[in-house]
Amino acid sequence: MVTKRSRSQSRSAGLPKSPTGIQGLDEITGGGLPRGRPTLVCGSAGCGKTLLAMEFLVRGAMQFDEPGVFMFFEETEAELAANVASLGFDLPTLVRQERIVLDHVRIERSEIEETGEYDLEGLFVRLNLAIDSIGAKRVVLDTLEALFAGLPSEAVLRAELRRLFHWLKEKGVTAIITAERGREQLTRHGLEEYVSDCVILLDHRVSERLATRHLRVVKYRGAKHGTNEYPFLIGDEGISVLPITSLKNDHKASIERISTGIPRLDAMLGGRGFYRGSTILLTGPPGSGKTSVGAHFAEAAARRGERALYFAFEESPIQIERDMRSIGLHLAGAIQKGLLRFHASRPTLYGLEMHLATMFREIQTFKPSVVVVDPITSLLVAGSPSEAKAMVTRLIDFLKTEGVSALFHSLVSSGQSLPETEIVISSLMDSWILLQDIESNGERNRVLNVLKSRGMSHSNQAREFLITDRGIDLVDTYLGPRGVLTGAARVGQLARERATAARREKELVSRKNALQRKRAAIERQIATLRAEGDAEEEEYRRFDELTRDRELARTIERTEMSRARHADNNGTVAPRGRSRVGSTP
Amino acid sequence: MSIRKSTPRRARRAEPAPSNWELRLYVAGQTQRSRTALSNLKKICEDHLQERYSIEVIDLLEQPQLSRGDQILAIPTLVRKLPKPMRKIIGDLSDTERVLIGLDLRYADGPG
Repeated sequence: MVTKRSRSQSRSAGLPKSPTGIQGLDEITGGGLPRGRPTLVCGSAGCGKTLLAMEFLVRGAMQFDEPGVFMFFEETEAELAANVASLGFDLPTLVRQERIVLDHVRIERSEIEETGEYDLEGLFVRLNLAIDSIGAKRVVLDTLEALFAGLPSEAVLRAELRRLFHWLKEKGVTAIITAERGREQLTRHGLEEYVSDCVILLDHRVSERLATRHLRVVKYRGAKHGTNEYPFLIGDEGISVLPITSLKNDHKASIERISTGIPRLDAMLGGRGFYRGSTILLTGPPGSGKTSVGAHFAEAAARRGERALYFAFEESPIQIERDMRSIGLHLAGAIQKGLLRFHASRPTLYGLEMHLATMFREIQTFKPSVVVVDPITSLLVAGSPSEAKAMVTRLIDFLKTEGVSALFHSLVSSGQSLPETEIVISSLMDSWILLQDIESNGERNRVLNVLKSRGMSHSNQAREFLITDRGIDLVDTYLGPRGVLTGAARVGQLARERATAARREKELVSRKNALQRKRAAIERQIATLRAEGDAEEEEYRRFDELTRDRELARTIERTEMSRARHADNNGTVAPRGRSRVGSTP
Repeated sequence: MSIRKSTPRRARRAEPAPSNWELRLYVAGQTQRSRTALSNLKKICEDHLQERYSIEVIDLLEQPQLSRGDQILAIPTLVRKLPKPMRKIIGDLSDTERVLIGLDLRYADGPG
């Protein structure tokens, strides 16, 4: 028991696979179809069975060096070549190079009369010859069920089909057998009974008036596989299946920064703009300037010499170019140089999957470094929020793998609350810029906020967003005691402030003058007082002199008098004249 | 061996009458069914197309490339190359009635 299980496990792990080369299908099947075994592809008419089978062969021949045989029972060779030429497959060349053999088996029931026992050895011989002629590794039988219509005996046919599938396995070719979808079983004639290794179901259905193709791996014996229904589409270069759930989350994270094309916005984002390869959501109501931001972003890339791809879902490229010219942004040069490409389509033209696959193709062929999706919301209305998230996840995953920086515009109504899809996809984004319309004083003004920007310091302040004839400008909003002011209110407030300041200035000057005048007056007073003082002092000095002169004069006079009186003046003063006279012998 | 390739071209050139019947029997190897088919065919021709027919037997195991030209799937297949239009009869030709219908000999035989 144990040994049996372990053996079967090891077998399943090593199950050899044959890559289809079909975008996405190898991811779902974990590497391709079971090598050396038949795979049944069933679906209703027009769902892409033949193209899937043909792409398997063509890619096998071109990419994996595995020649193939295409045996078909319904279309003619010319019809088939024309059908696949629309996918860019050059069948005639591959046939000439002996990498593919086309073998048209024509069965005309009216020509055939059954007259006894028979088998289908002719078919075997024919297939064997075709396989051996080019050493084919791959075989397609499209649509084998035509035999049921062409041959009378179903019992013989069933026995022969069983033998055919055995024979194919023995031959070791990887085969695709296509079959019409039946009402109650997978195929109309129950071919799934014989082909049991791998069964793929294709489906084409219309929901909300949009047709979408789906692919589901119903069965894959011995291998893990995605069991969901995956949308797929048939584009210019074949089939793309979008395996949403097989996501890997291991992108490289660049530290390189790229400019947004708006210097002030770069300044808000840590001074250097977004990280290369990041995804940015730009949310805003109608007329808030999203397209202008997107055009700046794309134009900045073109100016750096990088390629930018602009997906326009609401306006025509010519209109965008004209509108941008009116704000001084000239895109024509970048378009002519092949650095800027517009891809315009109507959102209602196809379903979400088709749009995304077209975008994948465009991105893969143009190889831009910057992508603008204007707006992503018009695509998202096609599906439910979960579907939308899955698809956007897939797109972002793809963009990140390719290292493409992407700006997604998201249209919201002017109200403050965000729609559900917005919240759903915003978590996938690296940066989120919000444009708002603020209505006040009878006017609307645009305000820009950076809601988030992973991995960088960014400004948390609102900036007023001006669209001038020289492009976008961001100016500081007025943050004052009366709240955030924008537009005319901001201008008015600034004017008021300037007036107040001027008035203050004037008052200051006049006060200064007054002070100066007062000081001068005081100075003058001081000078007067000082002059008075000086005058008084002078007067006093004169008086003093006078007094002393008088004293002297009085002394002389007194001396004279006493001499004249011969007064015996025992006084201290002996008059010189008298003593001298008196002592004269 | 009775199952050998005949020489229809020479026969046609030798006798290019408009009433000539050109029949081709495709087989794959010497199986019992192949032999049955050829002997049934010869008998029918002798009974209904005396001297007005040629039979070419093609063994696809020897000449597999010939399977494409006449769109042969079933073995054995009898192809009426001439007169036009081409008819195909599959099986070992044991149901003579159906072979005659398939070859349009029901009508050819009536007036003749």
